[in-house]
Amino acid sequence: MTSESIGWWGVVLGILAGAVRGGTPFLLVSLGECLTEKSGKINLGLEGTLLMGAMSAYAVSYKTGSPWAGVAAAGATGALMGALHALLVSRPKVNDIAAGIAMLIFGTGCAFFLSKPYIQPSAPQLPAVALGGWSQVAQVQAALRISPLFFLGVAVAFALQWFFRATRWGMHVRAVGDSPAAARAMGISVGRTRFLAIMAGSALGGIGGAHLTLFYPGAWTEAISSGQGLMAVALVIFARWNPVQCLWASLLFGGAQAVGPSLQAVGISTGYYLWNASPYILTLLVMVLTCSRKRTLVGAPGALGSPS
Amino acid sequence: MMTIPPVVRPAKPFDLELVKVTKRFGSFVANDQISLKVPAGTFHALLGENGAGKSTLVKCIMGFHQAEEGDILVHGHSREINSPYDAYQFGIGMVYQHFTLVPAMTVAENLVLSRPDTPGIINWKDEMARLREFMQTAPFKMDLDTPASELAAGQKQKVEILKQLYLDSKFLILDEPTSVLTPSEADEVLGLIRDKVKAGDLSVLLITHKFREVFGFCDEITVLRRGQFAGHGLVKDLTADDMAAMMMGGQRETKIVPKAVRERGPAGLEIKGLCANKDNGVPALTNLNLTVHEGEVVGIAGVSGNGQRELVEVLAGQRPATGGELVVHGASYHGTRAETAEHGFFLLPEEPLRNACVPQMSVAENIAFRSFDRPPMTRAGCLVSRAAIRSFAQDLITRFSVKTRSPETPIGDLSGGNVQRAVLARELGPGTARVLIAANPCFGLDFAAVESIHGQITEARNRGVAVLLVSEDLDELLALADRLLVISHGEFVYETTPAQADIKTIGHHMAGH
Ligand SMILES: Nc1ncnc2c1ncn2[C@@H]1O[C@H](COP(=O)(O)OP(=O)(O)OP(=O)(O)O)[C@@H](O)[C@H]1O
Ligand SMILES: [Mg+2]
Repeated sequence: MTSESIGWWGVVLGILAGAVRGGTPFLLVSLGECLTEKSGKINLGLEGTLLMGAMSAYAVSYKTGSPWAGVAAAGATGALMGALHALLVSRPKVNDIAAGIAMLIFGTGCAFFLSKPYIQPSAPQLPAVALGGWSQVAQVQAALRISPLFFLGVAVAFALQWFFRATRWGMHVRAVGDSPAAARAMGISVGRTRFLAIMAGSALGGIGGAHLTLFYPGAWTEAISSGQGLMAVALVIFARWNPVQCLWASLLFGGAQAVGPSLQAVGISTGYYLWNASPYILTLLVMVLTCSRKRTLVGAPGALGSPS
Repeated sequence: MMTIPPVVRPAKPFDLELVKVTKRFGSFVANDQISLKVPAGTFHALLGENGAGKSTLVKCIMGFHQAEEGDILVHGHSREINSPYDAYQFGIGMVYQHFTLVPAMTVAENLVLSRPDTPGIINWKDEMARLREFMQTAPFKMDLDTPASELAAGQKQKVEILKQLYLDSKFLILDEPTSVLTPSEADEVLGLIRDKVKAGDLSVLLITHKFREVFGFCDEITVLRRGQFAGHGLVKDLTADDMAAMMMGGQRETKIVPKAVRERGPAGLEIKGLCANKDNGVPALTNLNLTVHEGEVVGIAGVSGNGQRELVEVLAGQRPATGGELVVHGASYHGTRAETAEHGFFLLPEEPLRNACVPQMSVAENIAFRSFDRPPMTRAGCLVSRAAIRSFAQDLITRFSVKTRSPETPIGDLSGGNVQRAVLARELGPGTARVLIAANPCFGLDFAAVESIHGQITEARNRGVAVLLVSEDLDELLALADRLLVISHGEFVYETTPAQADIKTIGHHMAGH
């Protein structure tokens, strides 16, 4: 079989590959947002965190020659950004949404400012996990070259699910997010729990950024993120604050992102821009469809966005 | 010098003593040099009017608040208690006045979570086995897998008490634990706790407004009045009047508003074929029909969790009906703001802080909710006058004796009973009510307040208001209602009048037989 002969299968394959490739940042950021929101706080700044993570991963990978050091740096940068956000929102009368938007702009600006020296050189990339050795078709092989961070994300999704259900700390996070007064009465420190949850969530967001610069697309540009950090917020609602459902939702969003490019690859370019808008249209649809006057969302933390 | 022994979780009850404890909120003194002693293995009652400082005092024992001055002696040693976790280490546990269950978690999860020594990784199989074993010996049965949000108030209270038994606390603080239980449930719960005290297994500090419980279960009392110590004594040496005098500071006359004999007026509120669902989509109300006439009080009795909450929520417009219709004064009613104002449709829900208040907003603003958007509180059609709201609220605060430091205090800072009074002031104060729905209006109120609210309701009825009174307190219903209906599993199953009422028959229908 030659590469041309797979025809329409190429589109399907492209979308599937895109789901995994483009879904990875969605996955890591949405898991971070899920953890944050389960503790009762919202972090809209994850888009900024994502860019900071992407930038620092690229820079550190370039300087040290080790992409894994870059991933670690992205996580650490994310955690720092999270600590800043957590500090802001723990003050009385600071609204999480406003603080989040400030952090978004701050993170974006910082990333652009600090990244100037790293636009040109190319940094060592993360090694792909090649699962396509069994196939002769080049496209199949390319599609099955998977980011190691995707596996990390999948592991975190299941681990987080287990964490919420079967660990003391996970139950503390849920308690704090659902009813801070009840948590306080049980001697759980609401401030500390939220601080740690926001910080850990932000670290995941930063690592999501590392995927962008160290795997796909694999270089630093200012247009590297197309709003994944913000869409992740919608995704968490869609996933009903359930980490494993975040995984499925991320794949769906990642796939939607790949529809336009995959069609173009087989020569269909009508509605290219429209297809590229599909993740955003999906976000809007999700928001409209999941809102109901009749029932409150199952799984929504009861005290989401309330002051601590 | 005496050495202080290290903290070990006690296996037996111990003496607990407060020495001159003072707690301030800003410049306001909530507790002023209060001393109190609970010897090991006794049942102690803490009494006082709404806002006297009872909850504040026990929260100091729990480490929820830190006292500015004074000492807490546990087993004779002065101890720092800085958090509920410290209190747990001393074997002290508390059932709070407001629920402290995490709504999204199941009963089992709530029980496990409450144990500070829960292992980092929870083996649910072992925990469930342990919980089931505990449930075997527990005084009441609870389904472990129900989420707390689906429990009715009475059931939540039982879980709270189970939680303390599960934690094996040796000093149990109960802050008005029975205000959401029916009298027979209350007797059952307190009786079981009393047995544990008698067996030398537990000391109890009970906050209550009910003399019946003091005489039935307690050994000693301490009384607070406006944040100060107002008396102490053994229950067997005191009469109810003595206690009332300590609480109020001097004698007072009781005034009971008599029910005027009057003709039944035209229909005020009609409920026609009403159906509604619970939160989880299961039907809570099926085809309810009821007419409340002007100038009559219709009482609804029932064990909590039989659809009362849903009924009141539908009437309040908080829950959509899945079928049927509400008719007020002959016109179809949908709970819009215009309709509530036109028909004078007022409502006192249960858990008023949650259902009828915005906790962070001031007392004045909360009191003005019904009328802030109309003259005289607005000028030029849309400008709200703060001064007018303040003076409107100030007048009602005085008339309904709401104890608040100022009208600007956030309503969430008021004591439980005073939140209730503030809502009552809003609903009954202006005197424009023509239909009144009251759900457990006297939960957590001191006896003087209960009497005054009963008076207000009877007066409203005498004026010609159509009153629907949903209550879990049968005595209250028998005293106030003209007609009595029993609700069970979301249906009216029995109707009677207080004159013909037979407690046994009513109880039989309430139990769903
Ligand atoms: N967190 C707080 N901030 C400011 N004032 C408070 C706070 N908590 C309580 N108060 C005030 O302290 C006083 C005592 O309140 P407390 O809750 O101890 O009363 P209580 O005796 O328990 O009354 P009730 O029987 O109504 O529950 C009240 O006037 C209340 O407004
Ligand atoms: Mg109280």
